[in-house]
Amino acid sequence: MQHQEVISHLFRTESGKITTVLCKLFGIEHIEIAEDITSETFLAALETWTCKGIPESPTAWLYRVAKNRAKNYFSRNRIFTEKVARIIKAIATDKEEIEIDLSDKNITDSQLRMLFAICHPSVPREAQIGLALRILCGFGIDEIANAFLTNKETINKRLLRAKEKLRNEKVPIEFPASPEINTRLENVLTTLYLLFNEGYYSESNDNIIREDLCLEAMRLTYLLIENKQTNLPNVNALFSLMCFHSSRLEARKNDNGGIILYEDQNEILWNQELIAKGAYYLHQSSKGNQLSKYHLEANIAYWHTIKADTKEKWENILQLYNRLLQLEYSPIAALNRTFALAKANSKQEAIREAEKLQLTDNQYYYTLLGELYKDTDHNKAKENFLKALLLAKTNGDRLVIQKKMEQL
Amino acid sequence: MQEFMLIFRHEDGLKVASPEQIQVWMKQTMDWIGGIAAENKFVGSNGLPFEDARVVTTKNNKPVVTNGPFGEIKESIGGYIIVKAASLEETIEMAKGSPVLQGEGNSVEVRKIAKGDGNP
Repeated sequence: MQHQEVISHLFRTESGKITTVLCKLFGIEHIEIAEDITSETFLAALETWTCKGIPESPTAWLYRVAKNRAKNYFSRNRIFTEKVARIIKAIATDKEEIEIDLSDKNITDSQLRMLFAICHPSVPREAQIGLALRILCGFGIDEIANAFLTNKETINKRLLRAKEKLRNEKVPIEFPASPEINTRLENVLTTLYLLFNEGYYSESNDNIIREDLCLEAMRLTYLLIENKQTNLPNVNALFSLMCFHSSRLEARKNDNGGIILYEDQNEILWNQELIAKGAYYLHQSSKGNQLSKYHLEANIAYWHTIKADTKEKWENILQLYNRLLQLEYSPIAALNRTFALAKANSKQEAIREAEKLQLTDNQYYYTLLGELYKDTDHNKAKENFLKALLLAKTNGDRLVIQKKMEQL
Repeated sequence: MQEFMLIFRHEDGLKVASPEQIQVWMKQTMDWIGGIAAENKFVGSNGLPFEDARVVTTKNNKPVVTNGPFGEIKESIGGYIIVKAASLEETIEMAKGSPVLQGEGNSVEVRKIAKGDGNP
C-alpha cells in the first residue's frame, strides 16, 4: 500500500517531466509513444518496488528505466526509429547512442516548450486545459474528469481530439519566435488563468483536486517567470493574482468539501506568506506601461486581503471593476462591480444598477439582489433568494442560499 | 446591436473647477461608464483634455494654427464614449444618466456610427 502511495505521488510529479522530455525529442506526432513509455516505466516501478522495496533514489530509478525503455523502443521499432531519426540526429549529431537528457535544465526547457505547444491557438480551450493537466501535471484521466465534473470517456475523447489536432497542425514543440511571443503568451496566460479558476471555483467537492489545480497553475506560471523572455509584467500580475487568491485556500474550505464565504472566513487562516508573495509580484508587474486584466484583478485581490470594510477599500475595488469591465466584460465582474457599488456608494444606487443587468439565468444575480434588498425589503429579498435557489447547481450553493434566507 | 457615439459638450471649457469638484466629476463619470460596461454595452471612450489642443484652419489658402476656439465659442467637446445599444431610444436613456449633464448648458449629442455596410 505504501508503495502505491509513493508511486502515485511520484507519478504526479515525475510523469509529466518524463513525457515532456521524450516528446520534445520525438516530436508532437509521437506523443502517445512518449506517454506509453512513461506508463510502462511506472508499471515497472510498481512491480519491482513491491518485491524489492523502494530504491534509495526513486526519481533517479524512474529516469534510468525511462531512458532504457525509450532506447529499447528504438531498437525494437525500426520504422519509428527511421521516422524520428531525422529529428533526433539534429540533436544527437553523430552519436550512435540516443541521449535522453533528464536534467533539471532540460526538463524545465521541455515543459516550457510543451506549454506553448499545448496552448497553440488551433487547440480548443477546454482541451488545452485538459492536455496541460495530463501531459504537464501528470493528472490521471479520472482526476481530470472529477475536476471538470464529467466522466472519463468525455475527457478521453477530448484529449484524443486535441492530440490529433496537434499532430495534424504539426505544432512544433518549441519556444515561439520573439515577434510572436506576446500573442502566443496571451493564449498561454488565458489557459493558466482558467486552469487556476477551474481549481478555485470548481464545483467539485474534492478539496484536494481543487487545490492541486491551483498549485499546478501556479507552478506553470512560475516557469514563465523564471524564464527571462517570458518574465513580463502581465505574467507577474497573473502570478500575483494567484498568490492572493490561494492565500485563502485553507480558510475557505469547510469539513464537507464546501466553501466558506469570504465574509465568514477566519482571517487568521489566511496565508500571510502568500499574501506577501502576491504583493511582491504585484510590484514586479508594475514595471512597464502595460495594464492587463490580470493587473486589475490582482489589484482587486490585493484589496481583498484587507478584511476590514473601509470606504477606501470599496472605492478602490469599485474603480478597478469599472476599468476591468471596460477591458473585458464578464457577468461575474458585472455582479462583483455592483456589490462594490453598494459598499462604496449606496445600496439604493446598486439596486438601480443591478436591475439593469438582467442576468436572469445566473443564480448569483439573484443572490446579489437578495443581498441588496435584505435590509430594506424582506419580501423582495426572499423572492430573489428563492429564484437563486431554483437556479443553484450544487448542494453547497443551495446551503449558502438557504442560510441567507434563514437570516432574513 | 448598433453602435452609437455619445459626444459630451461643455458650455465653457475654460471655466476653472476646484480639484475636489473635478475629483467628484471623475468618480461620477467612472461609475457611469462602469455601469454601461457592466451591462456589456461599452465599446470605447476617450477624454479630450483642453491642454495640448489646437485648431488648424486656413486663411488665404494657408493653414493657420490657433490655440483653439475654446475661449471664443460657447462650447467645446470634452470627450466621447461609444456604446452598443438596440435602438436610438435606449441610447438616449443612457445619455440621460451622463454626469456631464449636471453642468448647466452642457449637452450630450447622440450619433449612430455608420458601419460602412450599406445600411444607413
